[in-house]
Amino acid sequence: MTIQFNDETFRDDYTFTNSERAIKRFPFPFHEDSYMYSVNMEQHQGGPEGSIYEKRFDVDEHYISEMKDRALVLDEDPLRCQSLPHMTLAGWDLLELIMVSKSEDYPDLFELHRDGNNWHWINKPLGIEQKFVFMDESTLPYGPMEYITRQTQGDFALLDQRDENLWMDAGTVTTQADWSLDFDIGMNFFEWHAPVPLAAEMGVFKRALKFLLNIQQGMPARRLNWTMTVNPLLDTSPENYHKWGVQKTTLTPENVGQKQYLRVELQTFFRLPRSNGMVFPIRCYLISLEDLVTIPKWGRRLHRVIRDVPEELATYKGFIDNRPLIVDYLSKFDDGAPTSDGVWPD
Amino acid sequence: MSTFKFPPSITSRPVYGTLEPRSGKHHLMIADAEGAEALFDLVEKDPDLIAHAHIMYFPAADDTGYAEKLKAFSPSKLYVGPSYSAAVPRLRRILQDAHMGLQVYLAGTEGLMGQAMSEATNAGIPHTAIQTEHRGSVARRMQCVHCKGITENVVTDPFTCSHCGLNLFVRDHYSRRIAAFQGVCVDAEDPGNVPPKRELYS
Amino acid sequence: MSAGTNKIGVVVTDIVPLNELVTRFKFERADGGLLPTFSGGAHTVIEMKDGETTRLNPYSLMSDPADRHAYTISVRRDDAGRGGSLFLHKNVRIGDEMVISYPVNLFALDLRAHKHLMIAGGIGITPFLAQIKQLSATNGRFELHYACRNQALGSYVDDLTTAHPNNVHVYFDDDGQALDLENLLDGQPLGTHIYICGPKGMINWVRDTAERLGWPREAVHYEEFLAPQSGKPFTVKLAKSDLEFEVGEHQSLLEAIEAAGVDAPYLCRGGACGQCETDVLEADGEILHRDHWLEDDEKESGKKIMPCVSRFEGRIIVLDR
Repeated sequence: MTIQFNDETFRDDYTFTNSERAIKRFPFPFHEDSYMYSVNMEQHQGGPEGSIYEKRFDVDEHYISEMKDRALVLDEDPLRCQSLPHMTLAGWDLLELIMVSKSEDYPDLFELHRDGNNWHWINKPLGIEQKFVFMDESTLPYGPMEYITRQTQGDFALLDQRDENLWMDAGTVTTQADWSLDFDIGMNFFEWHAPVPLAAEMGVFKRALKFLLNIQQGMPARRLNWTMTVNPLLDTSPENYHKWGVQKTTLTPENVGQKQYLRVELQTFFRLPRSNGMVFPIRCYLISLEDLVTIPKWGRRLHRVIRDVPEELATYKGFIDNRPLIVDYLSKFDDGAPTSDGVWPD
Repeated sequence: MSTFKFPPSITSRPVYGTLEPRSGKHHLMIADAEGAEALFDLVEKDPDLIAHAHIMYFPAADDTGYAEKLKAFSPSKLYVGPSYSAAVPRLRRILQDAHMGLQVYLAGTEGLMGQAMSEATNAGIPHTAIQTEHRGSVARRMQCVHCKGITENVVTDPFTCSHCGLNLFVRDHYSRRIAAFQGVCVDAEDPGNVPPKRELYS
Repeated sequence: MSAGTNKIGVVVTDIVPLNELVTRFKFERADGGLLPTFSGGAHTVIEMKDGETTRLNPYSLMSDPADRHAYTISVRRDDAGRGGSLFLHKNVRIGDEMVISYPVNLFALDLRAHKHLMIAGGIGITPFLAQIKQLSATNGRFELHYACRNQALGSYVDDLTTAHPNNVHVYFDDDGQALDLENLLDGQPLGTHIYICGPKGMINWVRDTAERLGWPREAVHYEEFLAPQSGKPFTVKLAKSDLEFEVGEHQSLLEAIEAAGVDAPYLCRGGACGQCETDVLEADGEILHRDHWLEDDEKESGKKIMPCVSRFEGRIIVLDR
């Protein structure tokens, strides 16, 4: 089906909206009424038709506006997109993966024509047409990773694999849940996750790393992660925290339904063939509480999860101060009825 | 006593050890202030090391004789300089001609060790192969995550960014590439409400 | 949570004997499509239906990683082995259909290296052939030191010395030529990484010498595929699957588990990757550890086994599988 792209903003006047279709396909992350860390990995080999899992790189109604927002962030702060010198090959891997996937999965929106290393890329929604030589940086306006991630929703961490570990040696990160690529670039899997509370003690990272190191070509994996954001602000970066942090104090019982968003990340993991590296796309989906509770099961369940989540986690995810307001609002949509297993609406 | 036992922390925070002699034909030792004591202990463990040692040392302003004592060991080469930052071009030049097998020993403050490690890893030595031993001040080198400026010798939490003036709290999250800990605005959600400064580890 | 491997149906399109021991095989996709690109150092696992037995043997890909039309491997005939290489040499013909795995790389280049120093012994040359093609395309700096028995058995010596006269150094054992390793390792610039592929003795020699000269462990990479060895038959019980069966003389424990219909994880099938690590619940006898994955204390504990290469001698071994 053809996608109607929204004209909307993720800053200042926040005109972001979800259509009814977007609400229905929202990746609600809680399969039961409570939440704790787990290595909740599964194969990323498609999913129900119309769901965000169906394609390798989901393109939705927010595509054009998200790409405009990314361009604004990169104009303000070029350090949000960086690649250590040895990661150029992985950048070409990523460009190839995305161009091939999108042109196969959305032939009405994207086209890729290849004649040896002479490639011709057409991105209709963004009005881009580019002829270039694959593996020759001088034929693109940006490096390969930056070029393609300016045209793809979600953040991208490019990981090098060596010494039985994964190293975050490149990335484009403008829609992050409060972590800094500029600071974390060059760190290994355990180091960049160091600030996450509890999980290390639970052995979550060791098991997750073991799984990720063994991901093979053609066998991508995925998982969901989540947090809470006030306003549909994509760029919740530490860099700009002194500017957006204060927005967290603007919640009132009257506006919490409209201003408080559940923020869900679809994290996928692909082995990159030429570099033997990995790409870790982190795609952010936002939904206001008001929209979320239109699915009764989700309203009930989110109330119970937010109410019961351990204090360390609520602090780390940045909503500890607003928790009472959020729980109070959500309680109105929880009649205490049992909820069915799994994430899908009843 | 120049040693300090750091409390357990998160995995990105560097952990320092005790310098041990390692096999190799060339040994580069870089230390500041009380870091000299760690070199004395190292040489005591293997007196033969000193004949193949190139020492770069940055004494404190009130040096009470560490530099003299290092000189008395007669290392293969000894450079005593006014500051680490002044010696960076010299260090880069040394690493440019160095060969695999070079052993690097760092001792002293976290700022000195972090910056020298960053030079050595850029030159091609894996960070895990570089030995470190903390001695002396527990002052930290902090990067402001907002303006990216580095504030040296931070001894309180919170502190004021010496570049943009924001009040920052001191995190244990550490970047080897930048050789600094991360400082994040402490009053972003309640501007002007800055908690009183406390000395680190007090 | 076992990571899987995708399979590809291929046709053998060329078989070229290189010398009395080594033969090259070329595979193209059976459906006429393109093969996945890969990174230099990767291997593929080839499935061989040898009568009743299915063998899965890993072979390094030696073709240009960017060439998606065909993969090539070179196989050295091992007359004393369990039959994988003999099967390829004797039974496989041009036009045969076979099944291979997607490429897996456990011997990748460290792309940060300022210089790649490669040391090959005999058939250990194969992963370097792909790595050299990859580095040549990206202007990488490399030097290859290749030891083999003599000119006649020196697979690809002429190709390599012709294409890279300044970067390739060959040593023929029969002519008394030997690599002056200590001298070679002594003058390498910072940021050099060593890669070794060859017999176990060569790998140990290089690793030990590098360690003595102060090289960091992270800068020394090696690959040694262990072929599973034959041994006395033994009985294994799988506790979770509730199965008990015999492991044959020329069958590996992993192959026996698979033949019993149990899906067990694997990647390298050569004792190196750790993927098939299995807990031992009981062992009335002695585990013959042959992998280089488990630590010595794990081997001594008797609680772990790598079924791709290790065996057992005794009454019965019970596995948590």
